[in-house]
Amino acid sequence: MRIALLHSRIRVEERLLLDELASLGIDHELIDVRELVFDIHDASRWTSFDAVIDRCIGQTQALAGVRVFERFGVRTVNPASVIEACGDKLTTSLLMARHEIPTPRTCIALDEASALAAVERIGYPAVLKPTTGSWGRLLARVNDRDAAEAVIEHKGTLGSVQHSVFYVQEYVPKPDRDLRVFVVGEEAICGIVRHSAHWITNTARGGVASVLEITPEIRDRCARAARAVAGPGGALLAIDLLEAPGRGLLVSEINHTMEFRNSIAPTGVNIPRRMIEWVVATAPGSAARGAAQSTVATSTPSTLAPPPSSPRSRAALVEELKLGHWAAFDAHSRTEVA
Amino acid sequence: MNPTAPTPPSVQSVECTECAASIALQRVPLCGEIVRCRDCQAELEVTSVSPLRVELAPEVEEDWGE
Repeated sequence: MRIALLHSRIRVEERLLLDELASLGIDHELIDVRELVFDIHDASRWTSFDAVIDRCIGQTQALAGVRVFERFGVRTVNPASVIEACGDKLTTSLLMARHEIPTPRTCIALDEASALAAVERIGYPAVLKPTTGSWGRLLARVNDRDAAEAVIEHKGTLGSVQHSVFYVQEYVPKPDRDLRVFVVGEEAICGIVRHSAHWITNTARGGVASVLEITPEIRDRCARAARAVAGPGGALLAIDLLEAPGRGLLVSEINHTMEFRNSIAPTGVNIPRRMIEWVVATAPGSAARGAAQSTVATSTPSTLAPPPSSPRSRAALVEELKLGHWAAFDAHSRTEVA
Repeated sequence: MNPTAPTPPSVQSVECTECAASIALQRVPLCGEIVRCRDCQAELEVTSVSPLRVELAPEVEEDWGE
């Protein structure tokens, strides 16, 4: 079993993933996307990897790198289709709407004049968001027409070309909190509640986290959302949910390279361990898939084993960690998400 | 940070490029790793591990995110 971790910055999350790879005795290599040179006519340098885990902080670099690995026949986590589906809020919203998964009402406009019409159609207050980026950056809540005109003009004049896509969403009058659920495959493994007196509740913006009980509604909503962006089998995702009064849970955003450092302690779940276990279990390999067919599909808690002395095969890891229930999904047989 | 909590022994230290404070690293760093100066709060990126060097980490770019 050989895994590459594609990265730019090495944050706490990447360190934790590396620690888990090491503790499981998985042969792994760090690949800095900034130093990468692909000869697209020669895949030999890369085909020894069973999987490449994308942890790039920049979506453009991630997508380019992952596309090359996929064309070389190397399994990527998450795949390019998932990065495209989650990294662009417009695509995420379209997929939620198409699959009839509850999500905030959203309008798109491609010109400043029509953007104002879109805001008026949504009604006040409305939220304008850039279609890419995260951590609550550049979100704007507009409470009236004057504010909408000002924000739209500023975006049109000062923003990059990406800001000419006006993504307008209803403001959901949620409690002073939102929910973040960590999904491995299609399974909601744990979640946090992010509290903040500010309407932007991201922990990156000062929101405080506490543990979230995973209810059947959360489990169902997240499984459906994971299938919508990744197809059967899901992916490694962090799904943000809003509690809309009278409407239940709305899928707000889906993150494809989730940050989890502040969520391990409140949830008590070893999130990076579960991520690596899933990558191992779902990597291509007929022996492990065979083993999976005879395994009862139940949730398996992470058990921290002492570091092994030498790298082990995927089949041995699947057997030892009892991961067969996840290995039932073949990542390469996913239906295309259109 | 709890000021009374014991600080793990550092394995290496490096000078902050912003405020010249000494940054103690609790484990062997990796190239590309982000460390924060506790004095000036600057985010620094490890650009070389031998010799150990850090530079001010790049500002957030438009397509950065989770």
